[in-house]
Amino acid sequence: MSTRLAKGGRLINRDRPLGIRFDGRWMRAYQGDTLASALLANGQLVMGRSFKYHRPRSVMACGPEEPNALMGIGQGGRFEPNRRATQQIVYEGLEARSQNAWPSLDFDIGRVNDWGARFLPAGFYYKTFLAPRPFWKHVFEPFIRRAAGLGAAPAEPDEDRYEYTYAHCDTLVVGGGIAGLLAARAASERGERVVLVEQAAHWGGRAPVDGVVIDDLPADVWVKNAMEVLEKAENVTMLPHCEGSGVYDHGYVLCNESLTDHIAEKAGPRQRVWRVRAKHVVTATGAIERPLAFPGNDRPGVVLASALRDYVVNYGVSLGDRTVIVTNNDDAYRTALALLEAGLQVPAIIDARGAADSTLVNEVRGLGVNVHLERGIAKVIGGDTITGVAVCLQAGEGAVLQEIGCDCIAMSGGWSPVVHLWSHCGGKLNWDEARAMFYPDPTRPPTDGNGEGFVTPIGAASGALTTAEVLANVAETMDIAAPATEAETPAPLAPIWMMPQGAGPELRAKMWLDYQNDVKVSDLRLAAQEGFESVEHAKRYTTLGMATDQGKLSNINGLAVLADRLDESIPKVGTTTFRPPYTPVTIGALAGEAKGDLFQPIRRTPLHDWHDANGAYWEPVGQWRRPYCYPKPGESHADAVAREVKNTRQSLGILDASTLGKLLVRGPDAARFLDMVYTNMMSSLKPGRCRYGLMCDENGFLMDDGVVARIDDQTFLCHTTSGGAEHIHIWMEDWLQCEWWDWKVHVVNLTEQFAQIALVGPSARNVLEALGGMDVSAGALPFMGWVEGRLGDFNVKVYRISFSGELSYEIAVPANQAQALWMALLEAGVADDITPYGTEALHVMRAEKGFVMIGDETDGTVIPQDLGLDWAVSKKKDDFLGKRGQQRAEFQKPDRWKLVGLETLDGSVLEDGAYAIADGTNDNGQTNTQGRVTSTYYSPTLERGIAMGLVANGPQRMGEVIKFTRIGKDPVAARIVSPVFYDPDGEKQNV
Amino acid sequence: MLLLTCPNCGLSVEETELAPGGEAHVKREGPESSDPAFEEYLFLRDNAKGVHFERWRHAYGCGKWFLAARDTATLEVFGTYSAQTLEPPAHILDRIRERKDG
Repeated sequence: MSTRLAKGGRLINRDRPLGIRFDGRWMRAYQGDTLASALLANGQLVMGRSFKYHRPRSVMACGPEEPNALMGIGQGGRFEPNRRATQQIVYEGLEARSQNAWPSLDFDIGRVNDWGARFLPAGFYYKTFLAPRPFWKHVFEPFIRRAAGLGAAPAEPDEDRYEYTYAHCDTLVVGGGIAGLLAARAASERGERVVLVEQAAHWGGRAPVDGVVIDDLPADVWVKNAMEVLEKAENVTMLPHCEGSGVYDHGYVLCNESLTDHIAEKAGPRQRVWRVRAKHVVTATGAIERPLAFPGNDRPGVVLASALRDYVVNYGVSLGDRTVIVTNNDDAYRTALALLEAGLQVPAIIDARGAADSTLVNEVRGLGVNVHLERGIAKVIGGDTITGVAVCLQAGEGAVLQEIGCDCIAMSGGWSPVVHLWSHCGGKLNWDEARAMFYPDPTRPPTDGNGEGFVTPIGAASGALTTAEVLANVAETMDIAAPATEAETPAPLAPIWMMPQGAGPELRAKMWLDYQNDVKVSDLRLAAQEGFESVEHAKRYTTLGMATDQGKLSNINGLAVLADRLDESIPKVGTTTFRPPYTPVTIGALAGEAKGDLFQPIRRTPLHDWHDANGAYWEPVGQWRRPYCYPKPGESHADAVAREVKNTRQSLGILDASTLGKLLVRGPDAARFLDMVYTNMMSSLKPGRCRYGLMCDENGFLMDDGVVARIDDQTFLCHTTSGGAEHIHIWMEDWLQCEWWDWKVHVVNLTEQFAQIALVGPSARNVLEALGGMDVSAGALPFMGWVEGRLGDFNVKVYRISFSGELSYEIAVPANQAQALWMALLEAGVADDITPYGTEALHVMRAEKGFVMIGDETDGTVIPQDLGLDWAVSKKKDDFLGKRGQQRAEFQKPDRWKLVGLETLDGSVLEDGAYAIADGTNDNGQTNTQGRVTSTYYSPTLERGIAMGLVANGPQRMGEVIKFTRIGKDPVAARIVSPVFYDPDGEKQNV
Repeated sequence: MLLLTCPNCGLSVEETELAPGGEAHVKREGPESSDPAFEEYLFLRDNAKGVHFERWRHAYGCGKWFLAARDTATLEVFGTYSAQTLEPPAHILDRIRERKDG
């Protein structure tokens, strides 16, 4: 039974008790406790259930490497699953919920998976795919779906705010243990700008727990002194609660600082992401103790030796009164010292090594602790709580030699340097045979833009495991004098990857490697046996290291087991790839303030406020907002669109066309340039005239269209689609800067400098004449002409172009005049019943006329010839962008899907994107197709559904009736017709 | 998150300020080109592990294109240079030789 000890606990404040709630139960804790230590203090040993077998689990570790004690923290909009209880600092009123257990943590029905474990071997999921289909659908899928997912997703939107910030420094030190503090001080004294981050709330790392003495001072005091120096230094920024999350190219490091996770007061942002750009990164990330693989090593009460030491020394809690220590190295003996110091018992140390002769071991022996050499654990005895261990020969198969009573087992399989940050950006590792660990190879670091290494691992993270080695390593690396400490000569470690060494299948199936994903020694061996020999394959097949802890405890043990089974060396098998982040980062922190209204900028035309005040129903068009229609009170959107179309066709409509791209292209070579960029001839366009043009990419695919107006000999105004202005501008610049850089042309994007208002309908000319100031008669300003001049009180350019088929003037005016001109036009148009119309009416009218829309009729696989636009593709020009692409054989095929109009026989509106059905089926048994709908509307003008579509060889099949799919309904018959439904001779626009 | 120096405005900028433009020094093939030559121009890229010449645009800065010589494996940048050239300048090639052979 775990409990709070009467004394001790260097991180807790016994004068500050507080209340927390776990699974609805109030518990008492102290300020400074982690959730894990608080639960242990309250006798709550079981903290979660494992993912696959739902086995009861307690803490294994005391820090970010913890695989078992995952909790849901908080409530409602502040609930977050899968937080590690070992890192969660408690505060008054903290709410925590256990996970993966139903109906309760103590009695979990999913435990049946455990009893049926032999039916859930490695690769279970993949093997289910081999089963007959119905079996998958009715048996496996429902089972897997229910089991999938760890923890519950929050049901409500995240209430918290997050922010990010930037930091630039010479040296970023990750890790605030003695190595990190020493390195930060050294860098600071050299005058460097230093950022020092530490994921925990406290500084100093393990040293104070391990009773380290530096410069004749206890570690606690040495750390306090070091902190004082750093806090005073103006060139040092110290961030506790801040994890170095990932190292990226050229010294870019993401650090995640927790601001309110550990306090009750939730004011201000919850977390802050630091985007650090460091010239140099020092990783002082320490090392992680490895578990030992013995039968029953996942039972509550089995814990890493170092973690137990932490709980006793830092938090004054124990996991049991009598602890058996099992180890293959010296370090676990420190746990014996800590336990004895706290008044707890150590009935035995089971040491797998043949010999253990060192100062530390002898000190522990001298305190009367029984050390059993060459022994291992064959079994953990007891039901819900541990009552003892069965001891066997490490070299044997597990025959029990004796049983030793205990209620806690502390294990140590040696230490692995935390190499994650070193490896994120390509740092390579070496294998240390003697200490059985991977450590950073200083000759193969991740490199910066100069080809120099920019990450330096120091201390335990570099592979220096004793205090003396750590200090010497930091001193050498940072070029300072090493502080004094006592040198140690530990007895050599024995690489033990399985205990006992000769364990048979029964025992191997009880040895856990990955606690969170329930991967056992038997699973890794099975994977190897089934041919998953690459470590990356074995990982995915068994899910070893794929849980939220990313295998911090399990990976090295797992690949050692794999290596053993494959009869390969461990470095030959290699590690899986270390990827950021070090521990999971909540998406909210990465999003920061970029959500809601700040997710992306919204572009508003100069007339936006008028539209808003006049009932516009908004439609997003890229980043623009455009009125879709202007419904009157009680009017449906469809009715509003129909009214706007009819009114425009019969009398007068007005449209805010300001979003239209406006690129000014000027220079002696402007005409030559546009001849290359457009498929049609632009050099022959006369000043004062407009021409509709098409732009293709080098594949020949249509990418944009619009009207080009020639301003003068050297100047053109190119209109692009609303969504196209920026990327067409970039496209033009690309060719001018990178291909034809000797051509004298420049391009300016004037899109936002000018508003454009379209006045459309038979009465359009009357209104302009009423405003006066310029001759807009058919003679002075014919169709596809433009003029510049005064219109009423405004300096304007008027383009006589039409996207509706009606008499139409598009009036460009400086953006700051837009509102005034708009109001003047509305006033002048009252007698003609002027009606503002939105994008949908625009679409309907262009579809009635058979005008194509980029993005509807085109999808990046359509060439102009597919759309019957051959007339706009010059045959005279030697070259233009896309010409060579269009010459390819595929585009010459007669059965290409080409543009036609479509009319349903019953007058209904075809479904958008519906496919035209062809005879037969393809190899996958799917119905063959022969075309698809690209634009489809109800035409208020024709009072029936009209559509455009691409149909195989369509233009040669006029009058033919084909069928189109409908979702959830029988197909519908439609006749192939001309895409021009309205005024085919263009009489209305040319008056 | 590479750091590259824009040779047009002289700033050392983060990758987020830049837009990538793929391989540099690709020769355009026009209407008279053969199918294999056009395929080479339009589709075939080296995708080198090692030295790579590439196009970047200082999108959130001066807006100009430039070229960079970079090792795609070590991320070492041998230099950036004007986009208005048909081949890497001598000093860039010297730098690559110096770093790769030396």
